[in-house]
Amino acid sequence: MAKTISVNLISGRTIQQGVAIESGKEKPSYRTACGIIEMDKADLKALGAWKNTNVKVTSDYGSVVVKAVEATQGPHPGVAFIPMGPWANSIVNPNTYSTGMPTFKGTPVTVEVAIDEPVLLGIELVQKQCGVMVG
Amino acid sequence: MTKTITDVICPFCGTLCDDVEVVVSDDGKKLLEVANACVIGTEKFLHSQSADRVTKPRLRQADGSWKDISYDEAADYTAKMLAGAKKPLMYGWSSTNCEAQSVGNEIAEIAKACCDNTAAVCHGTTLIAVQDIGLPTCTLGEVKNRADRVIFWGCNPAHAHPRHMSRYSIFPRGFFTGKGQMSRKLVVVDPRCTDTSKMADVHLQIEQGRDYELLNALRVALKGEWLPDSVAGIPAEKIREVADILKSGRFGIIFFGMGVTQSLSKNHNIDEAIALTKDLNEYTKYSIMPMRGHYNVTGSGEVFAWQFGFPYSVDLTRGFARYNPGDSSSIDLLTRGEVDAMFTIGSDPGAHFPISAVKGIAKVDSVCIDPHLTPTSGVSKLHVPVAFNGVECGGNCYRMDNVPIDCRKVVEPPEGMLTDEQFLVMVRDRLRKLKGAA
Amino acid sequence: MSEYIIKNGHVFDPVQGIKGDKLDIAIKDGKIVDKVGSGAKVIDAKDKTVMAGAVEIHAHVAGPKVNLGRIYRPEDKLFSCTPTKGMERMGSGASIPTTFKTGYEYAKMGFGVAMEAAMPPLFSRHVHEEIRDTPIIDEGAFPVFGNNWFVLEYLKNQEIENTAAYIAWMLNVTKGYAVKVVNPGGTEAWGWGLNCLTVNDPVPYFDITPAEIVKGLMEANEYLGLPHSMHIHPNNLGNPGCYETTLDTMRLAEGIKANNKFGREQVLHLTHSQFHSYKGTNWGDFESGAKEITDYVNKNKNITIDTGNVTLDETTTMTADGPFEHHLTGLNHLKWANCDVELETAAGVVPYIYSPNISVCAIQWAIGLEIPLMMKDPMRCYITTDHPNAGPFTRYPRVYKWLMSEKARKQQIDSFKHKDKVLSQTGIGALDREISLYELAQMTRAGPAKSLGLASMVGGLKPGMDADVAIYNINPDKPVANPDDIEKAFSRCAAFIKSGVQVVSNGEIVSNGHKRTLWVNVKAKENPQVARDIAEKFVKYYSMTQNNYEALGHHFVPNPYAIEVDATN
Repeated sequence: MAKTISVNLISGRTIQQGVAIESGKEKPSYRTACGIIEMDKADLKALGAWKNTNVKVTSDYGSVVVKAVEATQGPHPGVAFIPMGPWANSIVNPNTYSTGMPTFKGTPVTVEVAIDEPVLLGIELVQKQCGVMVG
Repeated sequence: MTKTITDVICPFCGTLCDDVEVVVSDDGKKLLEVANACVIGTEKFLHSQSADRVTKPRLRQADGSWKDISYDEAADYTAKMLAGAKKPLMYGWSSTNCEAQSVGNEIAEIAKACCDNTAAVCHGTTLIAVQDIGLPTCTLGEVKNRADRVIFWGCNPAHAHPRHMSRYSIFPRGFFTGKGQMSRKLVVVDPRCTDTSKMADVHLQIEQGRDYELLNALRVALKGEWLPDSVAGIPAEKIREVADILKSGRFGIIFFGMGVTQSLSKNHNIDEAIALTKDLNEYTKYSIMPMRGHYNVTGSGEVFAWQFGFPYSVDLTRGFARYNPGDSSSIDLLTRGEVDAMFTIGSDPGAHFPISAVKGIAKVDSVCIDPHLTPTSGVSKLHVPVAFNGVECGGNCYRMDNVPIDCRKVVEPPEGMLTDEQFLVMVRDRLRKLKGAA
Repeated sequence: MSEYIIKNGHVFDPVQGIKGDKLDIAIKDGKIVDKVGSGAKVIDAKDKTVMAGAVEIHAHVAGPKVNLGRIYRPEDKLFSCTPTKGMERMGSGASIPTTFKTGYEYAKMGFGVAMEAAMPPLFSRHVHEEIRDTPIIDEGAFPVFGNNWFVLEYLKNQEIENTAAYIAWMLNVTKGYAVKVVNPGGTEAWGWGLNCLTVNDPVPYFDITPAEIVKGLMEANEYLGLPHSMHIHPNNLGNPGCYETTLDTMRLAEGIKANNKFGREQVLHLTHSQFHSYKGTNWGDFESGAKEITDYVNKNKNITIDTGNVTLDETTTMTADGPFEHHLTGLNHLKWANCDVELETAAGVVPYIYSPNISVCAIQWAIGLEIPLMMKDPMRCYITTDHPNAGPFTRYPRVYKWLMSEKARKQQIDSFKHKDKVLSQTGIGALDREISLYELAQMTRAGPAKSLGLASMVGGLKPGMDADVAIYNINPDKPVANPDDIEKAFSRCAAFIKSGVQVVSNGEIVSNGHKRTLWVNVKAKENPQVARDIAEKFVKYYSMTQNNYEALGHHFVPNPYAIEVDATN
């Protein structure tokens, strides 16, 4: 059985995310920048995953496949980071609790290795979840 | 021969740098080089030149494919969609100029739409807090000239506002801060060791989501009252040390970002941050400033406010302006399934809203006005590409400290392409006819 | 353009000395004329009062602090929203109405001109965007100079010429109208959380006193010969005992003579004088200093004032006097907003409730009425509420009622919880003067127009002047039965013609008119030193470049009306 670990997910900007959205969200570079989860070394070890392994991240609100990478702005054990974008937004807590603002930071998630599952491109990921037919 | 255009404004983030230089071809049609901008801004200017750019409006067909249509047809579709809808949502506005926002507001008024900008997923909770408790703030030049204490709380300008630190907050030598960085003490509060926190004199690696507690503890420490051994993962003595650093400054500034606006306590975090700033003004001079994201999200709030009275989350469906975040806010409207037509401009909710809200967009008639291909255009029925605002057309924008700066046009858009404002005027005129408005 | 003839109205025009005579007013091509052809549209003003369009000399109606007020006070919109209606865009806000509502409300009361009283120069582009979106009325904006680093540095060395050259540059790039001074030196001190409470408190670092700033700016203003005089909100606003600071400030004008080609006679305009006329040492022994202030102004012809009447409403205070707003939030504990502006100024915003049940508020109300009732020359005292500081401008008709009817004042005094205190701490009970319609026209039309240097253009009905004509449902031949009728009549004019276009009919908007932005275009001598200083400050200390600083015409000032000043000699 594959190992599953629980972490606290936050999302936010990175400079690579900024460059990628300006160079085209239809491009693979967007996926490279944002279709990732930054995890602490200790958490990767607990998961039993190598760096750059595809993982499935699941919350109460959905799940998404992203590539697990080692934290670039760590250490932050117990906290995982997905740059803002459709990958993070597939699983964040959408509840606004009457403030209008979803709870983008602080969603409890589980992470499991999903070595054979692909990380989708940004637009593709959203279209697929919304059931948009693409010609 | 090429021409160099100086004092160009960068239309990316709320820092709104206005010292960019751009080299264009002699005929003004090609943008060749960009200087002074950060890597993101440079990419924004250069990407406008890409050969694979969509230049014609496209309507999604029954089989899912796109069909190119004219701007006239696109304006017809948009006007009809808005005229027929009971509760259209007109969202975005943060990556376009105030002129376009103004025309958009006329459209919203005729269509009796809900209007919202990206504060919905950014600093909306800040605005709620400001409405609760106020906001002692200043312009960025004040920070440059006076600040000897700089606090970044839940924000990471090294990534999100790359030139903020060199232009305004950490490095510049100002009138009373002749030693630049040496004149300032930098405190960063972040659950991660960010590239910003690495520059700090003190980094408080706070337990994620415990900002309210730590802010409150700092207020307690300022007054010298009892504290538990540790708050939000920070030892009491460290909190007292930081309180002393804050208090001992002559002019301090707290910059804050999504770390506080988007975590669970939301507007209450910011209430507390503003209360801390207010308390500090009993000892010395302090200001606080939200690190606004989009280059003109602030402008959208300003235009909404002087035209409708509220900065975001405005509901015009009753024929007058209402404001009630949680009820009239985009995410809630979409997830509750109340929206029956979606109009997006100058923003990408498809990428930046939770997927449950994006599904609400995909279900209804929708128009996406955006120069780029985005997840929003990917789920919309009509995609209207337009000229890049701030690159291919000018127009007024507001920096994160509310200072207005008029953007410059540096290069011609591809032939036949309209600006946001031009397209909106076409929609407005058609909608007026459909609705028989004055 | 169409022609109009307004027939049989009772005309009140101080410019021509007409005191209620039945006269016809002819309008052609946007101007008042002697006569028009038989095809002119006739407006019957029988049994009605006809006056020139009113002129607002001091209100906060456009710009960053006004909008900050709108943004942070959603509660101000409760019960104050107006739907889209014919010509009218939707509106909202009571004390800080949206731009559209601001324009409509002024027009419905018969105002043709309004001056935005404090423009932070760095934000001039914002001020102008709001002015552009305020329909019908002509507007100008006063950039603030009293805490500007250039001014502080030049005046420290008594460099009047350089100060004047700088003012000329600033008016040009910000499309400004006049030299505004707010808490001179005190707002710069506020950069460090400090203040200047007397005219002799030195400004930190800059080592200059408020007195030197005020005197220097008056001299620079007259050196240039601007249409308006220096317009000042002195130090120490709103504190018991502040009248002495006000007298000290006005004394600085002694010996300075007006120099201009616009017919303006004053060199200092003291604004919202009510807030500067307090005696006493604390809020317990707080009392009126209206007599001391008006005695001084009555004797010194080179000063004009406006009132700043408290209207007993919930409102939103806002001023470039940053330290004052911080002080105020400490008094009322309501939400505090502040914005310090690099090299130039600051601003603060705090909501305020002028409750008739609080003795201080009731005394403030009385002082605001004492001042105009004690002023001998209505041409030098103008009615304002310092909108929205002492009350919203939409309350002007109520202020007129109190001024024009002793009965209305008595009714109000009788309703105060602390009536005895109001009577013991002020002289309001002994004042039986009632302002006449002619005096009202002086205080709201001809007077402010003259003070602003617009006497040849607005504020009167002389042929050749702009055709701004308001018609009110008041018959001067009949005694006023109920003072409330005065308020009602001035709230909604029967008709208002702005620049020759009828914009209001029976209190409703019928046209969005031809709005203009008034600004002063000064041609000044070239001054290389000042040009160098400006360039240097932008490079070193401003957060934006000099080339992006100007409010350019295309978007910000689409309908400019420049008043030309030649200061090259």
